Amino acid sequence: MLENKPVATRDSYGNALVDLAKEHEDLVVLDADLAAATKTAVFKKAYPKRHIDCGIAESNMAGIAAGLATCGYVPFMSSFAMFAAGRAFEQVRNSIGYPHLNVKIGATHAGISVGEDGATHQCCEDLALMREIPGMVVINPCDDVEARAAVKAAYEYTGPVYLRFGRLALPVLNDEASYKFEIGKGVLLKEGKDVSVIATGLCVSESLKAAEMLAEDGIDAEVINIHTIKPLDEELVVSTASKTKRVFTVEEHSVIGGLGSAVAETLSDKCPVKLTRIGVNDRFGESGPAKELVHRYGLDAEGIYNQIKAGM
Amino acid sequence: MNKLELQKKAVEVRKGILTGVYNAKSGHPGGSLSAADIYTYLYFEEMNVDPSRPDDPDRDRFVLSKGHTAPGYYSTLASRGFFPVEDLKTLRHVGSYLQGHPDRKHTPGVDMSSGSLGQGFSAAVGMALAAKMQGREYRTYCLCGDGEIQEGQIWEAAMFAGHRKLDNLCLIVDNNNLQIDGTVEEVCSPYPIDEKFRAFNFHVITINGNDFDELRKAFDEAKQHKGKPSAVIASTVKGKGVSFMENNVGWHGKAPSDDEYRLAMEELEKEAAKLC
Repeated sequence: MLENKPVATRDSYGNALVDLAKEHEDLVVLDADLAAATKTAVFKKAYPKRHIDCGIAESNMAGIAAGLATCGYVPFMSSFAMFAAGRAFEQVRNSIGYPHLNVKIGATHAGISVGEDGATHQCCEDLALMREIPGMVVINPCDDVEARAAVKAAYEYTGPVYLRFGRLALPVLNDEASYKFEIGKGVLLKEGKDVSVIATGLCVSESLKAAEMLAEDGIDAEVINIHTIKPLDEELVVSTASKTKRVFTVEEHSVIGGLGSAVAETLSDKCPVKLTRIGVNDRFGESGPAKELVHRYGLDAEGIYNQIKAGM
Repeated sequence: MNKLELQKKAVEVRKGILTGVYNAKSGHPGGSLSAADIYTYLYFEEMNVDPSRPDDPDRDRFVLSKGHTAPGYYSTLASRGFFPVEDLKTLRHVGSYLQGHPDRKHTPGVDMSSGSLGQGFSAAVGMALAAKMQGREYRTYCLCGDGEIQEGQIWEAAMFAGHRKLDNLCLIVDNNNLQIDGTVEEVCSPYPIDEKFRAFNFHVITINGNDFDELRKAFDEAKQHKGKPSAVIASTVKGKGVSFMENNVGWHGKAPSDDEYRLAMEELEKEAAKLC
């Protein structure tokens, strides 16, 4: 595993927008007074005329993004996951999803790794909410390379896309030169025969570490990165489940409605095997340093390892 | 079009509203009828639109933020030639492109899907902003209800439009004074509407929205006023044009029976005859 300087995927978001904007004049970015935090400030500095600060009004921002999209722009509306997917849910559904407009939602500060701000800002429900909207693509990248590739893929795709980014700096797993990102295609990171660990977002690198710990106990874990929650790579999920017959999903999101639910829906239809959903267990988050929270909620390598061991 | 021609068109639009709602056996005649003169003026006199080129990037835009009054919108679009008037009978039927609330994906001439109150205005603001950013000359019109402005999102959008000085944007408030639970004053008064929009940096024009002379004056003034978006507060009569529907909140969201439909159409035929 490569261990470069850790990068928060919210930084990847801002940087990728600047790169894309060079070539694409139709790309515009909207913020709701959080450009400094969503890391779109770099875009605002580079392309001030293409940056639209809507003020603290996420519902209106979603509608403005929709209106811009009807006029040929490719708007990236940015806010915290709590406000982009939560506050503006109905606007995203009715003004963006229903007319299937080409709006990209860049949602940063997802999950408990928001840290000290605590539960009101720690959105662990966004994947569930966005997954429900017909035609919405939902992407949760695991590192800097994947996050930047995801932003580019979202731009190139026509239709609404929800992109989930985090605040906590994450190790860079993927090699920029060789990494190929495809919407809806999961990544088999490590082959194994005893158990399948299907992870997303910041839990991907932790799951890889957990797999190393499991190997020391003689458990050969297969590790899969699902960056696209919707459309789910059903083929990969079914193939790993039919191979190992024991699946764990790992996500920094509620165990209700996110990756675990998506995998459960697919497997119950196509390959019923025992599944354990590791994630935030139907509870709100709390304040604390991000890494300590990730540990406390059992989403670091140790926590994942313990839960898999207990479930085997 | 002169005033008489507009009045005749408005009767046609009103007949289409009743036909649509009658055949759907549901829908919203009251607010469609109150706004029928506004729709007619916009589509037959004010707006630069061409039914043969509904996607022209330089066309004027219209967003029906009070999307439940789609019967009035559809009837106007059909009269204007965007689709056959005959299709109004399919309103709200399974498989019809005339959905209960506007659907931009399937209905020619519809610039934005709408219906969840408060949302359409934001999209209209986005369209007006796009024109400014692209250096295009088109104008954007948005019709909302007086009850609808109880939605907070309307004021988010108004604050942004005023802040950005979107003088290519014209909001029309159909001030028929009635909403489902009663008069707007009884339910949760939005008054004074004019002062509110002034405070949000709009140029405000208050008119009788069922009078074509006043509509003409208002839209001419809105176009000429630079540096601010305009808000036309159009005082109207809910159910206008059908005597038994006028100022009766019961007709907000109800279809006429066979007899009521016949009576209403007779009244409108008489009105049309008077205008000949």
